[in-house]
Amino acid sequence: MYSSRNLGGTFNKMININEVLETNKMIEKENLDVRTITLGISLLDCMDSDLGRLNEKIYNKITTVAKDLVSTGEAIEKEFGIPIVNKRISVTPIALIGGSACRTSEDFVTIAKTLDRARNDVGVNFLGGYSALVSKGMTAADELLLRSIPQALAQTELMCSSVNLGSTKTGIDMDAVRLMGDIIKETAELTKDKDSIGCSKLVVFCNAPDDNPFMAGAFHGVTEADAIINVGVSGPGVVKNALERVRGENFEVLCETIKKTAFKVTRVGQLVAQEASKRLGIPFGIVDLSLAPTPAIGDSVADILCEIGLEYAGAPGTTAALALLNDQVKKGGVMASSYVGGLSGAFIPVSEDQGMIDAVNAGALTLEKLEAMTCVCSVGLDMIAIPGDTKPTTIAGIIADELAIGMINQKTTAVRIIPVIGKTVGDSAEFGGLLGHAPIMPVNRYSCDAFVNRGGRIPAPIHSFKN
Amino acid sequence: MKKTIITVVGKDTVGIIAKVCTYLAENKINILDISQTIVDDYFNMMMIADMSQAVKSVSEVSDDFDKLGEEIGVIIRCQREEIFNSMHRL
Repeated sequence: MYSSRNLGGTFNKMININEVLETNKMIEKENLDVRTITLGISLLDCMDSDLGRLNEKIYNKITTVAKDLVSTGEAIEKEFGIPIVNKRISVTPIALIGGSACRTSEDFVTIAKTLDRARNDVGVNFLGGYSALVSKGMTAADELLLRSIPQALAQTELMCSSVNLGSTKTGIDMDAVRLMGDIIKETAELTKDKDSIGCSKLVVFCNAPDDNPFMAGAFHGVTEADAIINVGVSGPGVVKNALERVRGENFEVLCETIKKTAFKVTRVGQLVAQEASKRLGIPFGIVDLSLAPTPAIGDSVADILCEIGLEYAGAPGTTAALALLNDQVKKGGVMASSYVGGLSGAFIPVSEDQGMIDAVNAGALTLEKLEAMTCVCSVGLDMIAIPGDTKPTTIAGIIADELAIGMINQKTTAVRIIPVIGKTVGDSAEFGGLLGHAPIMPVNRYSCDAFVNRGGRIPAPIHSFKN
Repeated sequence: MKKTIITVVGKDTVGIIAKVCTYLAENKINILDISQTIVDDYFNMMMIADMSQAVKSVSEVSDDFDKLGEEIGVIIRCQREEIFNSMHRL
């Protein structure tokens, strides 16, 4: 009807009311949001052999580069009418930055405090990058940083730590895996008055990506530019609602529906990323296509699995359902964004997803089934509460299993596990906010001490004979 | 052309369109298209408006509509067109 009027480029195929209502329904009723705008900042130019000067340079760089991040995010939020839940910062792994200035673990803790202070002063709600990359071996600085993690997480508020312990190209550094078993346990002890919440800010990886915008594993890789904008989208509720409309249809219809929905969700992320990049004058890096759940009702990946046809997440068929979901999300999302990166896939945290919590409480979902699910989803064992008396060697064994899956299958895997001190199976841990709450899950009680105490590393895998 | 999409959702009542249009006229915002529909007994209106002559920014207009919507008892949103284009157009 408007084809004869020439009122601008897109006028002929003007947006109609149904499309507008669909988008607004996704935002209002189905929890569509942009989960995070994460500003990656390189701290390589802050390196100094004097600890005081190093801390000062780090503080100045972060507070200068990120000074407009929050206000810009809020402006975009308002103009487009889409919530941008988090504004965050990732920095270069601190083990690299502090190497020449830090002589002790306590020295590293001063940097942690500086990062948290800078984070607080620019008003972002998480900062990640208190990290070390030790997939083949640890330098003296790496080891000092690892040993400082429990104190660093106990003495800061919203700073996250991550350690890359292995990769497909290097194998797995088992010395570091064994050490992380102790570090996780110690972190739990130091924050035991808050259900060992320190461990919710600590994640270990195999094949960690350099451009992940999601916490707790975000860091700004050394392959990245000086500053970069990465955006993480979300939208489990949108996918779930779309699938409600195709109940009983075959797999072709199911997969097409997920793909189209993922496309729409990702396009919003791409738009926000480009807009933020333009306004801040910082290059756009990637959109992370993850389906990231929150504890809010209707914002659950487990609910999508149920909608696909499972009584509970964890029932037979769960791994297949998750595999197709993850694959369709990527297929739909890839076309919607010019650069895709980060973790990109479906997250399956337990405490942050009400459907997963229900599945654990019903006895449908075990740690072993979650491990199987991580073979086909984007990350790994995430936000899982285990008994506080779990041995450090057992935690190291769980980590080794998960990293082996990543190493052999050339994918990112991770472990963010919380031994909740003073609690055991049947209890529940309360973390609050986006971190949610989690029932304590039972862990296999048999020992792996002799295995993880061997020392050394697991060699890199062969890339042929894929059987 | 600086296009924005204005949506009004709520219980139907006398004068909704009049009040919204008065505000737009006062603020030099030109209406390009209006359409409306009833979904689940709720009044749904969408306007495509051009804000290139407007003095106020999209955020300010958005704030004003929050207040106006409260007065009339409906929800009024003002969003830049790009979010809909990016989602629904290749």
